[in-house]
Amino acid sequence: MYKEAAENIIIVRDLVKKFGSFIANDHLSFEVKRGEVFGFLGANGAGKTTAIKILCGLSYPTSGKLTIGGFDIYREREKIKKNIGYMSQRFSLYDDLTVFENIRFYAGIYGLRKKVIEERAAGLMEKLDMKDARDKLLRDIPLGWKQKLAFSVAIIHNPKIVFLDEPTGGVDPITRRQFWDMIFEASRNGITVFVTTHYMDEAEYCDRVSIMVDGKIAALDTPENLKSIYSAESMNEVFLKLARVKVA
Amino acid sequence: MSAILVEHLVKHFKQVRALDDISFSIREGELFGFIGPDGAGKTTLFRLLTTLLIPDGGKAFINGLDVVKEYRKIRQDIGYMPGKFSLYADLSVEENLNFYATVFGTTVAENYDLIRDIYSQIEPFKKRKAGKLSGGMKQKLALSCALIHKPSVLILDEPTTGVDAVSRLEFWEMLKRLKQSGITVVVATPYMDEASLCDRVALIQSGKIMTISPPSEVINTYPWRLFSVKSADIFSLLGDLKRYPQVHTVFAFGQSAHVSFKSEEVTEPLLHDYLIQHGHSEITISKADANIEDCFMELMIKP
Repeated sequence: MYKEAAENIIIVRDLVKKFGSFIANDHLSFEVKRGEVFGFLGANGAGKTTAIKILCGLSYPTSGKLTIGGFDIYREREKIKKNIGYMSQRFSLYDDLTVFENIRFYAGIYGLRKKVIEERAAGLMEKLDMKDARDKLLRDIPLGWKQKLAFSVAIIHNPKIVFLDEPTGGVDPITRRQFWDMIFEASRNGITVFVTTHYMDEAEYCDRVSIMVDGKIAALDTPENLKSIYSAESMNEVFLKLARVKVA
Repeated sequence: MSAILVEHLVKHFKQVRALDDISFSIREGELFGFIGPDGAGKTTLFRLLTTLLIPDGGKAFINGLDVVKEYRKIRQDIGYMPGKFSLYADLSVEENLNFYATVFGTTVAENYDLIRDIYSQIEPFKKRKAGKLSGGMKQKLALSCALIHKPSVLILDEPTTGVDAVSRLEFWEMLKRLKQSGITVVVATPYMDEASLCDRVALIQSGKIMTISPPSEVINTYPWRLFSVKSADIFSLLGDLKRYPQVHTVFAFGQSAHVSFKSEEVTEPLLHDYLIQHGHSEITISKADANIEDCFMELMIKP
């Protein structure tokens, strides 16, 4: 996907996060452009989740400069939270609320007014073909539907950036692709997508990908360039070459 | 005698038919994979096989023993690694292993040879609390604990979900070595690429088995003509391909689209012209060999 030179919506400079003497994030520096689909990869234990929590304003850096959506991580944390969306595989929506109740709840938290919520909820359910499931409890709908709904809810307030933490884990291959159609569409509409995944074919869908190893960024480039630089035919191969350093 | 024999197994939870008349057999020493997404019924099936649930219909046998009537004997002879980490987070690596050995009436020393390759990788951390291990290390510990009593059948429920590609590869290399030592290994996974590492796979969806065969045979039975197509803009490419008159399916695979046709009339030049007309550039079209994921999706959409 060709993107014109766009402004940087996320700017990270020398991010350090320490837990005691353990350095989880070791001077990370990178930018993410507005409207980009940015893949954030790394082996388990490499420091990805730590970094994402900091970017979302959920955790404090030890040192470094960060600007998210134009807001400073130290002084404007609440403004950051209003301008982002978040979805993870581990937790997304409430099983014991209905589809509509979930939409209304999150839209309310994101600060949308009642009328706007009603309009957007209707539009969302229409688009996802879930009108008949409006009053079904979330635990009673298929996983694939939950994922698509969770993503739509994460962007219901049209945030500048949406953070997706392994959003398609365990989902069937058709639903996975429908999910990525939704991601592409959001990106087209100007929403920046910051996504982590263990599915290496999904890494290929991203405009650029960064790979973390042992707390540092070991590579950051387009999938095409990475495959060329590492003489690999797939992102899976690139990942294996870079990350197969540690055993345990 | 099969290591595992299942006949018309049925299990429901209220209105949901989690397993809908499942039948199959697994040979001794086979590395057998159940491939399917969340909600397909893999965990329910494994809980039935490991005698943790009782079926609503049908029968299942492990090494000739009935899972309902002879569950005690079965439990001594199977190893189980459930989907979530289920060891004791507040015990150390070493304490967990000793605990499981004792519960099964053996000692760590007795069967150490079997787990040596795996356990040696986490042995340096043996005093660490299990809850503080990384994902990959937890897996290795759970596998060691499942093997410590030298089971003849090992059942693993999504052992690689949420684990990075490197650890996944290493884990499957360990499984192959176990199979070579004569253990029957049954694995559930949502990762389609892992299917090719099994002797045979069962593709499972919504409580039903769609097909059981060696991975190469699954691929050979893909019925349609498949092309791999690339252009400068994958998003528009997918849209335009979906609108092509005789198209059957279009699915994204990384930077390419896999497009299938039932008709023999569609040719590469025709497709190429169509894409040029729709403003695409940097077009490449080639015949593609179907992989397990293509086959799985084809089976999913069958009416």
